[in-house]
Amino acid sequence: MLPERPITPSTLSRKDLPWQIKWDINTCTKCGRCTSVCPVNAIELGVFRKRDVKPPMGLNAKPTTEFFTYYGIRQRTDPAYACIGCAMCNMVCPNNAIEPNRQYDSTTLQFQNNRGGQPRTRGGRRNNSESLLDQIKFIRISMLTDPALDAGRHEFDVRTLLGRVLSPEAEIKCFRENGWKPPVREIYPLVIGGMSFGALSPNMWEGLQMGVAYLNEEMNMPVRMCTGEGGCPPRLLRSRFLKYVILQIASGYFGWDEIIHAIPEMKEDPCAIEIKYGQGAKPGDGGLLMWYKVNKLIAAIRGVPKGVSLPSPPTHQTKYSIEEAVAKMIQSMSMAWGFRVPVYPKISASSTSLAVLNNLVRNPYAAGLAIDGEDGGTGAAYNVSMNHMGHPIASNLRDCYKALCVAGAQNEIPLIAGGGIGKHGNLAANAAALIMLGASMVQIGKYVMQAAAGCLGSEKDRCNVCNIGVCPKGITSQDPRVYRRLDPEKVAERVVDFYLSFDTELRKVFAPLGRSTSLPVGMSDALGISDKDAADRLDIKYVI
Amino acid sequence: MCRLFALTSRDPVSPMRAIDALNVMKEGHDGSGVGLFLSGLGGPWEELKEYPILSGIFTDEGLSRMSDYMTKNGFQPKYSATFTPDVEPPGGTPRRGTYASIAFKIPDGWKGMAEDQVSRNLVQMRLNLRAMGEESGDIMVFSFWPDTIMIKEVGDPLAIADYLKLDREELQARHILAQGRQNTNYAINLYACHPFFIEGISTMTNGENTAFVPIREYLMSRGVTGYQGYQSDSEVFTHIAHYATKRLGLDISAYKHVITPMNDDEMRDHPDREFLSDLKRACRKLIIDGPNCVIGCLPDGSMFMAQDRKKFRPGVVGGNPELGIYGFSSEICGLNAAIPDRDRTKDFQPMHLDTAIVGPDCREVLQCSQKDPLRPQL
Ligand code: SF4
Ligand code: SF4
Repeated sequence: MLPERPITPSTLSRKDLPWQIKWDINTCTKCGRCTSVCPVNAIELGVFRKRDVKPPMGLNAKPTTEFFTYYGIRQRTDPAYACIGCAMCNMVCPNNAIEPNRQYDSTTLQFQNNRGGQPRTRGGRRNNSESLLDQIKFIRISMLTDPALDAGRHEFDVRTLLGRVLSPEAEIKCFRENGWKPPVREIYPLVIGGMSFGALSPNMWEGLQMGVAYLNEEMNMPVRMCTGEGGCPPRLLRSRFLKYVILQIASGYFGWDEIIHAIPEMKEDPCAIEIKYGQGAKPGDGGLLMWYKVNKLIAAIRGVPKGVSLPSPPTHQTKYSIEEAVAKMIQSMSMAWGFRVPVYPKISASSTSLAVLNNLVRNPYAAGLAIDGEDGGTGAAYNVSMNHMGHPIASNLRDCYKALCVAGAQNEIPLIAGGGIGKHGNLAANAAALIMLGASMVQIGKYVMQAAAGCLGSEKDRCNVCNIGVCPKGITSQDPRVYRRLDPEKVAERVVDFYLSFDTELRKVFAPLGRSTSLPVGMSDALGISDKDAADRLDIKYVI
Repeated sequence: MCRLFALTSRDPVSPMRAIDALNVMKEGHDGSGVGLFLSGLGGPWEELKEYPILSGIFTDEGLSRMSDYMTKNGFQPKYSATFTPDVEPPGGTPRRGTYASIAFKIPDGWKGMAEDQVSRNLVQMRLNLRAMGEESGDIMVFSFWPDTIMIKEVGDPLAIADYLKLDREELQARHILAQGRQNTNYAINLYACHPFFIEGISTMTNGENTAFVPIREYLMSRGVTGYQGYQSDSEVFTHIAHYATKRLGLDISAYKHVITPMNDDEMRDHPDREFLSDLKRACRKLIIDGPNCVIGCLPDGSMFMAQDRKKFRPGVVGGNPELGIYGFSSEICGLNAAIPDRDRTKDFQPMHLDTAIVGPDCREVLQCSQKDPLRPQL
């Protein structure tokens, strides 16, 4: 380093970065692929100058000094260009000459990544590797059934109900009097949660839709996918595939125009309408689609100018209270489709979840409640929201389910749980645990990106640049040069793969519990955990 | 596995006939307990059809606390059949005191009360008594209902029958449910012993009800007096039968549509498909997910048997219309022992879609399939 190089409070060395690039001069072919693929320009071609001293043999000749230059890879230390550990450089390197290494003791960057007074925003999840769901065990292995169920051969009915289910008394009265019945859909209990068309790249979206359609039409699995806020491509709205789609409408009404205009031409009703009031990764915040991703198509669908950031309000300012908001929006959305489509709100898990739920119980048009826990993911949120706000899903869901039990409405308002399901890959176990804690179905987002499209994000702050449109895998980018890396057909294939394997694993959990003809919703007697406090809080067995 | 045996007969018979059948089926149960439900009572009870009978076990202390309570509520004992064993109980059976069945005269104040209300009050009184005895164990009550006696004890059925002299003249009934074996999945407790009873409906079950906890939670949230207790996973079957017939007003042939609804394929061309799929949705929480065989008796004396599709070895129903006697058994050997003179080719083993019903006239086995059109009931 030259002595005159300025050293300021924010000057970082390579050592200060959480991800450090290891580059091997001997195997590098200098093809330049790594620097061109790096999504954040963390590495650049470097010209290095080196002195070589050559001491000759013998005593008389003097040593000579040679200077030469060579080309190599230099990691930038400017916080704005810090390596994100995506390892794309390694992926494209023909010789494995380069790779990022995680340095756990390098925390300096955390104090520096708010340049210009802008707090860090990022995509991804909470970056916390704990998972309560992973600790839950299924302890009630039925050995008294005659014979024990065989997950492979037995007949299973892995379906759940989305929509307001009448109580048996009301159902019979309704049938007798030919009254109005709330719409109910029978669907697969693993739903692809709301990831908007703006957040995901067109290829990713198309891949998911294809996968879902295949599962429905070829595999007889009624899988549903939620659009996320901000509208839906017009062609899908007018296609027969709309029935596999849950349209999300944000409380801020983004993209609503496009949907309204399409209603007269819809061939099918959507599966349901989800009104987004909150999401787990940024409770109290609306969606945040940053300008990088608002291209012409996204701008058109959302009815906004292109290239502007789109922070949607947490809720529409005309709504005075949650009671009013929920009641009004459910009413108007139901009305829009002639009361043929279930409408339910999605909220972030918080200490006010119960209040919302209590509201819904008394609203005959409310079709369910989706609760998103703190581990939920997002396309963009402030770091502080993602890391420090919200409520874990397990206890929040449990509280809600128990409240429904007290009200005698546990069959009537389905609870949809999300947030951190499968964050360590244990999708079926996590989903089964939540179902037994009281969820009628679960929703996943990040897992889909990881499993179906190879998203690189981890719980160790890897990648997480989904917000700035440079997603190295092309999942969350709106730049065709980047997203054409992703083959929609392959995404669809992976969606089908992981759904089928999820289904097998779910049976492997349910069969020994003796459950096959109905989902074990609320079967909490089958759950155990080795944490006494968690066991007490969730009202499940304490096992060590 | 619990062994179940039920008898329904035109003329009153001794419960020993059912106990003997249990004994034949002994291989396969551990002789850990016995429970008996008797209705359509004969002998001295014939004249007392109107009077609710309290059945239970009392210590001397409990007996006097119970009669204080009854008197306080205006109930006068009318007739009682009590039995206090004076011999040593068989090994493993505790000495408990007096086994009593006491018929009471309803207080005048209850005259003119709606039938529903009377039923609820009777249930409430039984629950109050049960609660009174819960701590000290001096009072245990199993039923308080007209024309119904229930007996439960821990031990080998035959030994218990001998100990309690169940062949007494005064114990004669037209409808008998008998179960051998104590609680399987939870702690041993007399209240956990089948058959279970509420408002004239009694059922017993074998197999493991894996959906017990959610069903229990659901029933308890229905706000029905008497949906509580649940020391056994099988008690919910009785309450579901009660809920389906009394609260929802369904016919017993629809019971199976509640606990084990048909799948989509089976329902596809059912004439009542619309109603059945609605019912399936609304009652989804009550799907039992077995494998279970349920045998039960209704207030009018009809008896039924149903099982879910996971039950690989179905029970059997058979009998003799001439003699007017039918048996419901979890094993064929039990039926052979109890009713040897019957046309065995007419024995019916209900499969996963069937409910077998024998009416109070004991003339034939009615076979209802879930595929059949529903009987008019709405
Ligand atoms: S790991 Fe990713 S961000 Fe880091 S240098 Fe390699 S390509 Fe760039
Ligand atoms: S791979 Fe793409 S979607 Fe995954 S964390 Fe990185 S930027 Fe986000």
